[in-house]
Parts: sequence; C-alpha cells; structure tokens
Amino acid sequence: MEVDQLQRTFHDYHASLFNEGFLDEQFVQLQQLQDESNPGFVVEVVSLFFEDSERLLNDLSKALDQENVDFRKIDAHVHQLKGSSSSIGAQRVRNACIAFRNFCDERNIEACLKCLQQVRQEYLLVKTKLETLLRLEQQIVAAGGASPM
Amino acid sequence: MAKNGVFSRLRRLEKSEDTDEFSACIDSHEVHVLAVDDSLVDRKVIERLLKITACKVTAVDSGRSALQFLGLDEEETSVGFHGLKVDLIITDYCMPGMTGYELLKKIKGSSTFREIPVVIMSSENVLARIDRCLEEGAEDFIVKPVKLSDVKRLKNYMFGEGRVQRQERGFNKRKLQETCDVSPSPSPPSSPSPDDTLSSPSSPSSSLPFSPRSSRQSIPP
Repeated sequence: MEVDQLQRTFHDYHASLFNEGFLDEQFVQLQQLQDESNPGFVVEVVSLFFEDSERLLNDLSKALDQENVDFRKIDAHVHQLKGSSSSIGAQRVRNACIAFRNFCDERNIEACLKCLQQVRQEYLLVKTKLETLLRLEQQIVAAGGASPM
Repeated sequence: MAKNGVFSRLRRLEKSEDTDEFSACIDSHEVHVLAVDDSLVDRKVIERLLKITACKVTAVDSGRSALQFLGLDEEETSVGFHGLKVDLIITDYCMPGMTGYELLKKIKGSSTFREIPVVIMSSENVLARIDRCLEEGAEDFIVKPVKLSDVKRLKNYMFGEGRVQRQERGFNKRKLQETCDVSPSPSPPSSPSPDDTLSSPSSPSSSLPFSPRSSRQSIPP
C-alpha cells in the first residue's frame, strides 16, 4: 500500500537526519507541539526559520562587505541565527554559528567570511532536507495517511 | 561541577500551603501569559508551548511593546492597558533596545505590576546573568531552547495565592558566584507588532518537580 511505503520512507529519512546530526532533540519537541488542532505547526515554524535565516545570511554578507566591518553587528546577527536554529533543532547550523562567533571575537574578517560560507552551506543542507521531510509528510496525508510528525 | 539549566527561587507560600487548593486554582483559572521575544521563530514556539499548556498568550517582540501592553511605558497608569490581567511574563534576555533584565527591573519597580511573576529565557547559561536576574526578582531562568517540560513547570508561578513552597535546588549560588560580567545585548532595531491570541482549553498538567537539565556551559573567561 502506498501509504505504508511512504510512512516507511518518512521514518527512515527522519531517523537519518538525526543520525547525521542535522537535527537534534529540539525538532522532536516541535513535532510534539503539532496535533489535529494545529496540524501545520512544524511547517509554519520551519518556514519562519527559512525566512529569518535568509534575511540574516544576507545581512551578514553585506556587513562583512563593508569597508569598516562592524563586528558587534555581525555578532548580533550570528547570535540571532544561532538562536533560531537552536529553537528548531537545526544542530549543524547552530554549531556553525557558535564557531562563527568565536572568530567575531577575534575580529578576523577572513575567518568570518569562511564561517559565513560554512553557515550558509549548513543552512542550505538542512533546508533541503527539511523540505524533503515535509514533502513526504504532505504526500502521506494526501494519500490518506495520518501525519507521521 | 554540575550546573542546572533552570533555577528556582525559594518562595514562601503567601496564603496557603494546601496544594489541593492550589490545583483547584489551575483547573478553574485560565492563565494569561505575556511573552516577550524579538525572534519571530522563538515567539511562534513559545506561543504554541504556552497554548498547549492551556494559557492565553499575548506575544510581543520587544520590552517597549511589553510595557505599552501593560500600560507602563513612560507614565505609570493604574490599570493594565488592555484591561487583561497578566498572570505571568516570560521574556528573552538578549533583545535589542531594552533587554529582558531591564524589562524585569521596570516591572519589579512598578507598584502595580511588581507582583506579576517574571521568567527570563536565555540561550546563554551564564551564572552571573542568572544570579542577577534572580536577585532582581525573576521567578525562574530558562535556558533556551525552551521545552514543553520547562513551560509545564511554569504553571506553578502563575497564581499569586497558590505559590507552592519549592526547595532551592543545586548549589549555593554565592559560592559559585562569577566574578566576571556578561557582555551586553546586541542592538539592531526592531518594530513592535503585538498580536493577541486566545488559547483553546486543554487539560492542565500537574506541576513537575524540578529536574536538572544537561547544562550547556558558556562561562566567559
């Protein structure tokens, strides 16, 4: 049955995201907050995270491109990104932000640029994976199954 | 040394030590929480966490908005701005403009609102910060990311007449007092946009005993 197959795929994919460190226990907390009264909760929070992150990554790019780099501002942006990634359980993004902040403290532009690249990479990875996961959920529900979230 | 992620003050029970009376309070009273956080993602999460624990929630994105909501900005008024009684304020520590700590001081400095319990949330598990907040009158300090178990525990604080005596857990704060201070919060501007929401009733949870969480230490040198 198609739904069973999809459920299995979802389950395996979900497990892999945790095993590979993309997501941590906080994502499970979000899943627990989703129910019949609020079936779109995870999608909504994840979407907000995407919007927020893209804005912050753009701001970070611009800030590092300035003639006089304002490290306090950069630290503030990274702090925000660290916070939101932590709140949804995007572990690798969060860890990349922690590393980034250390280099902000050192006021090292080259290192910060590398960190930004790293953070962006981790963000794009987790974005793709979350989109895949949410798409699977959507397919299951569309095929008549209960949301596996 | 073991550090807990959450700290509770020892509170004396104001009127009654009867916990049966206390649980009756939870059942009949719908709690209104004012949540303050500049992060959109965090506001969404805390709002849901509170609603799922049968609370009415008003979420605002700054200390200023919070004070405006309470009717406490610039001139102190004797009536809450929206007329809605606030039972608990939960606020992020690091916010642009007014920090959660500054908001806490303003609230505790107000004769009208000082009795409202205030809980601070922060991603940084720094003892000096925690101590400062507790000493200024915060009920509790939650290390982010906030979990359902954290919010369930907060229901203890939401009733003026039903506060249950809690033991101070962990260690002697004075002994472990940090000598170094914490860095100030960042300052990009934010625009206030309060949104009022009502919760749907759900069965309240019983209060859980304090349980230590794994700490994420980030003590500054």
